[in-house]
Amino acid sequence: MTWMLIVVLSVGAYALKSAGLVGVGVRDFPAPVRNVIALIPAAVLSALIVKDTFTAGHDLQIDARAIGVAVAVVAVWKRVPLWLVIVFACAATGITRAVS
Amino acid sequence: MGRAKPPSKATDDWAGIIGPALGLGFAVFAFGLSFGVMCIDAGGSVPKAMAMSLFVFTGASQFSAVSVLAAGGSAASAIVGALILASRNAVYGVAVAPSLMGSLPYRLFASQFTIDETTGMTLAQNTPQRRRRAFWVTAASIYVFWNLATLIGAIAGSNIDTQKYGLDVAFAAAFVGMLAPLIVSPRARRVGFAGAVVCLAVTPFVPIGAGIIVAALVALVGLRPTADAGPVVSTGGPA
Repeated sequence: MTWMLIVVLSVGAYALKSAGLVGVGVRDFPAPVRNVIALIPAAVLSALIVKDTFTAGHDLQIDARAIGVAVAVVAVWKRVPLWLVIVFACAATGITRAVS
Repeated sequence: MGRAKPPSKATDDWAGIIGPALGLGFAVFAFGLSFGVMCIDAGGSVPKAMAMSLFVFTGASQFSAVSVLAAGGSAASAIVGALILASRNAVYGVAVAPSLMGSLPYRLFASQFTIDETTGMTLAQNTPQRRRRAFWVTAASIYVFWNLATLIGAIAGSNIDTQKYGLDVAFAAAFVGMLAPLIVSPRARRVGFAGAVVCLAVTPFVPIGAGIIVAALVALVGLRPTADAGPVVSTGGPA
């Protein structure tokens, strides 16, 4: 993690935030652009979940992480508060590692 | 019999904003702790973790970048993935713009705080004055809690065996929590599922972390018009 990466991310994130509030203002993006942007988090967050759960570098693998994330899915489905979701998931993975 | 004094409308207004804003602040606290810990785990330092939370200040993107770096991905993969995820903040800016009319410096300052929670809280109010107040109160609450939690997490992270406590699934668990309110529409669910499949399918063949970027391309199905576009704003996730 370099300082350059942090600077680029900071500038990039700020540019995107201000593009809407200052650049576009009360006009709006064209509907197709808005629709694509609205769907990005669903695609990217899902991808991040499976990446953090089932991959190690270029390899696909199933290990103790899958148990923790499965617990998180059930906890979110049961509407457990988000901070507890994280605690449950970490605990499940940690315990699985300890006993295996 | 003395007439009971009705509670002041103004006091009511503030209470109705400050309560939920503090609630959101507590919620992002857990995310901030995880972020601080994992930032150290991914090769960061306390100053770097703090710089991320103070200046990048959009949680899902920060998580995404650190997640890619932790997996051994390149800076380019981390940056592109994080910024694709941050593009929704541009839409949020448009959504809150009518409530934040003012001078250019005012709007430039407000831009830094245009994130999931502030947008959700702002749009949930029913008068222009309440919208403006909700934006700033939520911004203050999230900014303070997010940065305080990052600091505590980063300091603790230097002394924690993340594998032992299963902390390496903290992000995935957080992402599950962020995703849930976003996939209420069938179309968003299909996009989410496809994104996951695409990411796993390309992982062996593309640079580490680039699977996230390839998966983002699934969102291009949004170019096809539909009545079922789903909500633009999530109030469920962290900054």
